Amino acid sequence: MSPVLITFYFLAAFTLATAFLTIYSKNPIHSAIYLVLCMVSIMGHYLLLNAQFVAIVQLIVYAGAIMVLMLFTIMLMNLNKEDEVHKPRITRLGAIVVFILMSIVLITIFINSKTIMGEYDSSGEDFQSIKVLGKVLLNEYMVPFEFASILLLVAMIGTVLLTKKEKDQK
Amino acid sequence: MIENILNIIGIENYIFLTVLLFCIGVFGVLYRRNAIIVFMSIEIMLNAVNLLFVAFSTYHQDAEGQVFVFFSMAVAAAEVAVGLAILVSVFRNLGSIDIDNLKNLKG
Repeated sequence: MSPVLITFYFLAAFTLATAFLTIYSKNPIHSAIYLVLCMVSIMGHYLLLNAQFVAIVQLIVYAGAIMVLMLFTIMLMNLNKEDEVHKPRITRLGAIVVFILMSIVLITIFINSKTIMGEYDSSGEDFQSIKVLGKVLLNEYMVPFEFASILLLVAMIGTVLLTKKEKDQK
Repeated sequence: MIENILNIIGIENYIFLTVLLFCIGVFGVLYRRNAIIVFMSIEIMLNAVNLLFVAFSTYHQDAEGQVFVFFSMAVAAAEVAVGLAILVSVFRNLGSIDIDNLKNLKG
């Protein structure tokens, strides 16, 4: 076994375990910490695939900004206690059954689609360095790039409006 | 010349990993009542799809998959900001973020 394969299996096991612990742990703070670990291990996968730009953006946006926002909200609502009531037993059983059936169906589909995808061969050209990505992003995808900035602006205004306290009702 | 990563690992290993990660996300949405954990499960699902995008971008040697991941991350950031703002206002009105309490529209 090559060291790359061992690294991949270790990272994959770490990703799946932290993702499961995110859902399983009772305390929301612990969930958030496990989710940060999951995001960082996914960044490890991106680095393994040599996708540097996406790896750095993943670290900054997900593990940095989004998780800080979530932790801040958890602390703001004072949710760091373990008083959550479980769903009814039938709903939990249904969730487990859905998980198992969906995994089986999707994995079977992708096993049988192996013949359609064909074999992989690398031509060795540079296609995912930050230089190439910047050229693609600012030539072909210029308009969607600008729309993304408008989306973020609208999200910012919406957030401020939603959380503003209404004074005239009290 | 470094040997390419997908020759060693194989695309099907990435497919199995992302399928399992996506199913864990679906499981979290169905299993938990805490709305913040439901949000985290949605993030796990988005990340699984992003990972598959990057894997296939390497597979086809095409940069556009990674550009799409960039846009998907921008949308995810906006979604989390607006969603958490909605959660804060729900918490102000109800005093909890248990999603089973949100049944006023049912009558």
